[in-house]
Amino acid sequence: MTERQLTVSLQQAAPIPLDVAFTCEPGQVLAIFGASGSGKTTILRSIAGLHHPARAQVRVGHQIWCDTDTGVCLPPHRRAVGLVFQEYALFPHLTALGNVMAASGHRPRSERRAHAEALLERVHLTSLASRRPQELSGGERQRVALARALAREPAVMLLDEPFAAVDRGVRRRLQDEVAALRRATTVPLILVTHDVDDVVRLASHVLVLERGRVLAMDSVERLTSRPDLSFLREAFGLGSVFDAVVADVDTERRLLALTFDGGRLLTPLRDSTPGTRVRVRVPAREVILASAPPDGLSLHNVLAGTVAAMHEETTTGQVVVQVAVGRLFLLAEVTRDAVQRLALAPGRPVHALIKSVSIDAHRTVDGEP
Amino acid sequence: MDWTALGVSLRLGVGTVAILLPFGIWLGRLLAVRQFRGKVLVEALVTVPLVLPPTVLGFYLLVTFGARSPLGQAFQAIAGQTLPFSFEGLLLASAIANIPFVVQPIQRGFEAIPGDIRDAASCCGLTPWQCFRRIELPLAWPSLLTAAMLTFAHTLGEFGVVLMVGGNLPGETRTMSVAIYDRMQAFDDRSAGLMAATLLLVAVVTLMTTTMLSRQVRRRRD
Repeated sequence: MTERQLTVSLQQAAPIPLDVAFTCEPGQVLAIFGASGSGKTTILRSIAGLHHPARAQVRVGHQIWCDTDTGVCLPPHRRAVGLVFQEYALFPHLTALGNVMAASGHRPRSERRAHAEALLERVHLTSLASRRPQELSGGERQRVALARALAREPAVMLLDEPFAAVDRGVRRRLQDEVAALRRATTVPLILVTHDVDDVVRLASHVLVLERGRVLAMDSVERLTSRPDLSFLREAFGLGSVFDAVVADVDTERRLLALTFDGGRLLTPLRDSTPGTRVRVRVPAREVILASAPPDGLSLHNVLAGTVAAMHEETTTGQVVVQVAVGRLFLLAEVTRDAVQRLALAPGRPVHALIKSVSIDAHRTVDGEP
Repeated sequence: MDWTALGVSLRLGVGTVAILLPFGIWLGRLLAVRQFRGKVLVEALVTVPLVLPPTVLGFYLLVTFGARSPLGQAFQAIAGQTLPFSFEGLLLASAIANIPFVVQPIQRGFEAIPGDIRDAASCCGLTPWQCFRRIELPLAWPSLLTAAMLTFAHTLGEFGVVLMVGGNLPGETRTMSVAIYDRMQAFDDRSAGLMAATLLLVAVVTLMTTTMLSRQVRRRRD
């Protein structure tokens, strides 16, 4: 156990059933992913001390925030959490600066203003510091809420559907903001979301929650390359998410070369510099399997690998094939007929033809240089 | 024009507000944010003075304050005078009769604060007391103003309870509304009319001030 690891174990039967146990290391971004009503927000509220499940253990490092077995339960104001509420919950009678200063009470009075101003600068809101929440746009309110959550210098950051109330464009910029903030703070960060984009762009780990139970929990790479999670398929389509490094920017052929554990990918050119770490998502629909290396194709990426596992979707009759390429796993969705024609079975060498991938330039997971 | 009666009325109005406001903030907030057993009963009891005829309320208060009741005996032992037909008794009666006017607006005021705001305050590290003082009180401020002004204006107009509990002692329990009745009985229409107009003016000014102040608060916030 690391010094500032968050350890959570919660059980209750009512008002909604909940039975979860997980840990989150400093620097990790754990996305809690699930349908509405699955208990995501209840988990966050229990960590913050706003909800009290029948049985609960919440620990940050060696500090016990809650343990129903020994009767320890700190009130919310004594738990160092930074919670960003779904609807932001800014104090309407205070300015942006006032909101951030309200969470700076642990600092000496003389430092609070400078502390709050520095945080507003970090979320690029210095010019709006004297505005009240009503005079701010949704995205701006969100950034005030972020700054306020950070103001307490929390031991745990909790974000409850932080981008649900803003439009797509604003969402992207806010994700960048969160990614940047996360790089600067090394505390466990938990993100409740039902949006695949948040997971792909921000998460290092994913906990899939269904009716209050942990359906699956793993790193993004491992979880998204599992062939048997129909939940993920319904929620955002199957497709492995992994990290790669920009190896070469070929302006002449207008291509970008990416290297990853086990191979190399070519993608259409985009603004980037060699050495940049990027997030790559390869949707299972974009992968074609071939038993022999094909010839004369317009696509660039043909990766040699072996079939690692197969899973038949009972609802669609499609087969999800997990292909090991080096240390990486890709998913491909094929028909049952194709499985027979190619004689696909675990251990069989195949070639994966990748039609397209999506790339995210913001490398946000731990281990960043 | 009975200036002494106006003095008694104003003293009674200010005194009632001073007693009731802290109580109203406590009970109004409690009813707004807490769920507890018997809450419905408490809410009904708070509203009772609003629907009872003032004479009925006055009757019960008179019985409660009387020399044979424990409260009446205790007051007499301490103050050396009886509670009924004294200004103190009148003040206590007025405070009880005005409970709904102070508790209900304050309860609505605290209810209007979203639960998330309170939760956010505690997640910002504010203690319950800091949250109350720095977040809830400023947000509920217009409702406190409304409660105070309503109570003040209503106290000036109270008649039945005053007559039952206080009687008609000049300088002690004779308020403006009682004095008006008194003058009418004596066929002194001119004095009665003058005092009625004065009360009307005070009531209108009070309500206008309330509206203006709360509008100002709201404008500052929007």
